[in-house]
Amino acid sequence: MTGTNNNQNSIADIAEMGQQIRRDIIKMLLISGSGHSGGPLGLADIFASLYFRILKRDSSNPNWPERDYFFLSAGHLAPVWYATLARAGYFPIEELSTLRKINTRLQGHPAPAYTHGAPGVEVASGSLGQGMSIAVGTCLGLRLDKKPNRVVVLHGDGELDEGQVWESMMTAGHYGLDNLTAIVDRNFCQIDNRTDKVMEIEPLADKWRAFRWNVIECDGHNVEEFIGAMEEAQATRGKPSVVIAKTFMGRGVSFMEDNYKWHGVPPNQEQAKQALLEIPPTKFGDFITFEWEEEVPETAKQS
Amino acid sequence: MKRIQSTGEKATRQGFSDALMELAEENSDIVVLGGDVSPSVKVDVFAKKYPERFFSVGVSEADMMGIAAGLALVGKVPIASAYGEFAAGRPFDQIRQSLAYSELPVKICASHCGITVGPDGATHQSLEDIALMRVLPHMTVVSPADYHETKRAFKASMGVTGGPIYLRYFRDATPMFTGEDGPFEIGRANRLIDGSDATVIACGLQVWEAVKAAEVLDKEGISVRLLNMHTIKPLDTAAILDSAKETGAIVTAEDHQIHCGLGSAVAECLAQGHPVPQEFVAVKDTFGESGNGADLMEKYGVSRTAIVDAVKKVLKRKKSS
Repeated sequence: MTGTNNNQNSIADIAEMGQQIRRDIIKMLLISGSGHSGGPLGLADIFASLYFRILKRDSSNPNWPERDYFFLSAGHLAPVWYATLARAGYFPIEELSTLRKINTRLQGHPAPAYTHGAPGVEVASGSLGQGMSIAVGTCLGLRLDKKPNRVVVLHGDGELDEGQVWESMMTAGHYGLDNLTAIVDRNFCQIDNRTDKVMEIEPLADKWRAFRWNVIECDGHNVEEFIGAMEEAQATRGKPSVVIAKTFMGRGVSFMEDNYKWHGVPPNQEQAKQALLEIPPTKFGDFITFEWEEEVPETAKQS
Repeated sequence: MKRIQSTGEKATRQGFSDALMELAEENSDIVVLGGDVSPSVKVDVFAKKYPERFFSVGVSEADMMGIAAGLALVGKVPIASAYGEFAAGRPFDQIRQSLAYSELPVKICASHCGITVGPDGATHQSLEDIALMRVLPHMTVVSPADYHETKRAFKASMGVTGGPIYLRYFRDATPMFTGEDGPFEIGRANRLIDGSDATVIACGLQVWEAVKAAEVLDKEGISVRLLNMHTIKPLDTAAILDSAKETGAIVTAEDHQIHCGLGSAVAECLAQGHPVPQEFVAVKDTFGESGNGADLMEKYGVSRTAIVDAVKKVLKRKKSS
């Protein structure tokens, strides 16, 4: 599942890849000892869908001129992106062990490969709210050259508090950029609390519509539904589209799920062990196996 | 002493505009971003001639810098045009992350810089922009001295890769004295006047003020060398250190806050290479106010009289050291 022809991948395989990416995230964060757990786990299905179905790409040539451009505006979600890029063949999966460590290409917040960052990353992100402006500029340039490449930018819902997002949303609507698709990770959680407690952003869909966008809402954990939403978005002409994908922060790990307190912290060893029991191994295999994973649980011994 | 003559007056922003129109003809990758000040920053002519390559982004400088980053990413040569305060101050974080850290070659073309924007008052007088821009890794900072040099600087900016460039110029018509075909290389100071007692290192409109100051000092028997330090980053440290060794005293002059601008850059260089007495002609850690440009330059100590005083002061220190 690493090549350029994404259409061959089955829905079941993409969903299973999402599960593998979750396992990778847990292991990366345990090794690094810092980083964001909640958002990345919630986005695993979306990233698997993007890189194994939606985006036109060539992992052996990240700067392939015909590629689709993907921008992760909310740079703190980097762990899910790195795991996905590794699984898609942009760099060796063993490199995931280097997250946030000195001399790594996997910076705590993403940097582009041509600086000191990771292959597949186009531009730096981390300071929130800047990705859509960059996506808009990319779209304008591509349109000027009459190029068919598509542009996808992903935002967190808490990130929408940043005013610059609304500036660029207005610009994209003004120019009717139908080569642009935005994704909002609508998990209702941000660092301090639930989004409605920190800063109410509803009615969210109406706001995007008022800015001249086509709005599609979907379940961000249903691979088939999300892919359908993206295909509908990219077929829409005359205006940009946003896919508001409802997700659960910390998806797949019972004690993290839908809990904003897991926004910015990594699991400790006990928590990682529990999490890996809850996310079953997949056919794609782990990038590292810890010694303590070999221990057979008591319940299994008895059966 | 070599006399430097003015051949008339023209605005530096017009120099930017004229160079832009010359290059736009042959380079179809040049695109311009307008922030609702197109006639003021002189990109209206480009917008009229090349409407498909002109993008109005409204009054939103943060968005403008990000859009410029995206355009650079797909091989365009984006010109982000705005007033200095709104080109450097307001979108600082966007410039830092999306342009400088991401090493994208965007041309930030900042008009209406410094105190001579005058009647508009302190909100519009960018006196901190050199400081903000020169502190950023991968950034080039150029502040040309007149119309012709602004043309040359803009053309030279096309050769800057691996990061953004901040071009700092002004609203008012000012004397033209660097000549139509004067030398210009980013990062290399131009020695305008030879002298032996002290060196004045100036940028922007202060270069002409320094020319006039040197004439006054010459009549009093003081021989001043003048360096036009149009590039603040990367700094021509060789020219500074040579002048420090050969004249033994330095005065820096800039239409900017005293902290972290050209004067500070020169001081950093001297401290590490060849410390000599230095005096700073700059705005003394205060905001400006409304008034005409010439009056403000006098009141805020960034004029030929301030340079004359500073040279005399530094010479006293030189003798006593």
